[in-house]
Amino acid sequence: MAQRPGPVLRISTPIRAFAQRFAFLMLLAGAIGLVVLGKIDTLLVERARVHVADAFTPILSALSEPLRTVESVVEELRDLGRLRAENDLLREQNERLLRWQTVARQLESENRELRELMNFKSGRVPNQVTARVIADSGGAFVRSVLVDAGARDGVEKGLAAVTGLGLVGRVIEVGNRSARILLVTDLNSRIPVVLASSGQRTVLAGDNSDRPRLLYLPVDLNIIAGERVVTSGHGGVFPPGLPVGMIARVGQGEVRVEPLIGWSELDIVRLIDFRQPVDELAGPPMLDLDPGR
Amino acid sequence: MNSGTWSRIDQLARKLAPFVTTVLLVVLSCLPISVSEMGSIAPAISLMAVFYWSIQRPELLPPIAVFAIGFIQDALSGEVLGLSPFVFLLVHAIVVGQRRFFLGKSFLLIWWGFTVVAAGAELILWILASLIALHLIDPEPILMQTVLTIALFPCISWLLVRVHRAFLTSADA
Repeated sequence: MAQRPGPVLRISTPIRAFAQRFAFLMLLAGAIGLVVLGKIDTLLVERARVHVADAFTPILSALSEPLRTVESVVEELRDLGRLRAENDLLREQNERLLRWQTVARQLESENRELRELMNFKSGRVPNQVTARVIADSGGAFVRSVLVDAGARDGVEKGLAAVTGLGLVGRVIEVGNRSARILLVTDLNSRIPVVLASSGQRTVLAGDNSDRPRLLYLPVDLNIIAGERVVTSGHGGVFPPGLPVGMIARVGQGEVRVEPLIGWSELDIVRLIDFRQPVDELAGPPMLDLDPGR
Repeated sequence: MNSGTWSRIDQLARKLAPFVTTVLLVVLSCLPISVSEMGSIAPAISLMAVFYWSIQRPELLPPIAVFAIGFIQDALSGEVLGLSPFVFLLVHAIVVGQRRFFLGKSFLLIWWGFTVVAAGAELILWILASLIALHLIDPEPILMQTVLTIALFPCISWLLVRVHRAFLTSADA
């Protein structure tokens, strides 16, 4: 401003400065208020968050598309370099898997016969929605992702999120066209699990690191690295037997689990409604976790 | 509509550049970019933009805009709502207060200033998040994020300098 300060300006400048400082303090207080409000009235804050997420969903979807293309091109170039080695590996793996397939077929038919013998009711096929990850928290305090399916696609709070490899997390917030999934690695994630070989029940607790911990394990329990960890089905959110991870490290009163999901390549997830009435006789629902689809 | 109206609209659009670029960077930082070596940690790109515009054009990024940017950041990333607005407002106030120190200085000095500010901001975030979670959060991810943020500052500020020159220096000096 080049003009000479007139009497109006001379008075208004300190008032303006005061107003600005006041606005700043109000906003700062507003931010703290929001944090406190989030603790007291979760629903209100959640709704605000969901609205913003919904508004940005089209932009995020549109932007993540070219990003994926670039990523796949990079990945393809990398693959070209190791084509021969990978071919050998795949051939070997294919042979092994074919043998496994025979075993699986035998087990499947045996299983069917046994179920028929027991007059076994299999769980209903659960509702599912396929969604794409469009935003990643990327922060250091939360482990959650935003997906591009919401209430209009039939997503509800509490659905389990899985990929072909196993459990990813569960839906905690639902907007109209977006939903937020709390990953199993988040600080607030607690999932009842069992160790597949020993049958020991425990709780998988996230702590924002890439490897969640197991809680409440007996001290004398012998745990081997590499043991599979699956959901126990307690609590009714997840069905029993959904793969979660493998024991990664056992040490100093702490057992860590390596999730089966590679967090960086999390792209498409399936949101599945497992919250059926608990029926003692019904086994795990027939879940087809074929990653090829 | 005469040319005066158009030029006023043009001026307004230009003046929105700091806010719009910062919001765009918020969106960018939330995109699921899979860099396997980094895990799921993303640098705090929006912090860089708030820092940059608070030095260069604080009048175009008033506290209310800073608050909105933090709000969007928290809403998209799933962070506790209110944390980022709080920290961004503090950064904005501190940087505006020390503006004379930064203006017209060499890039290295600004980078050094950003290092101090970013480290402080992440420390405050960590303390607040730990208070809210009622226990100490593993500091390793936040340390990673801080280092990444500081390391990437030159790239993002290069980008912001381009935006600054393209939209703001020619039309309204």
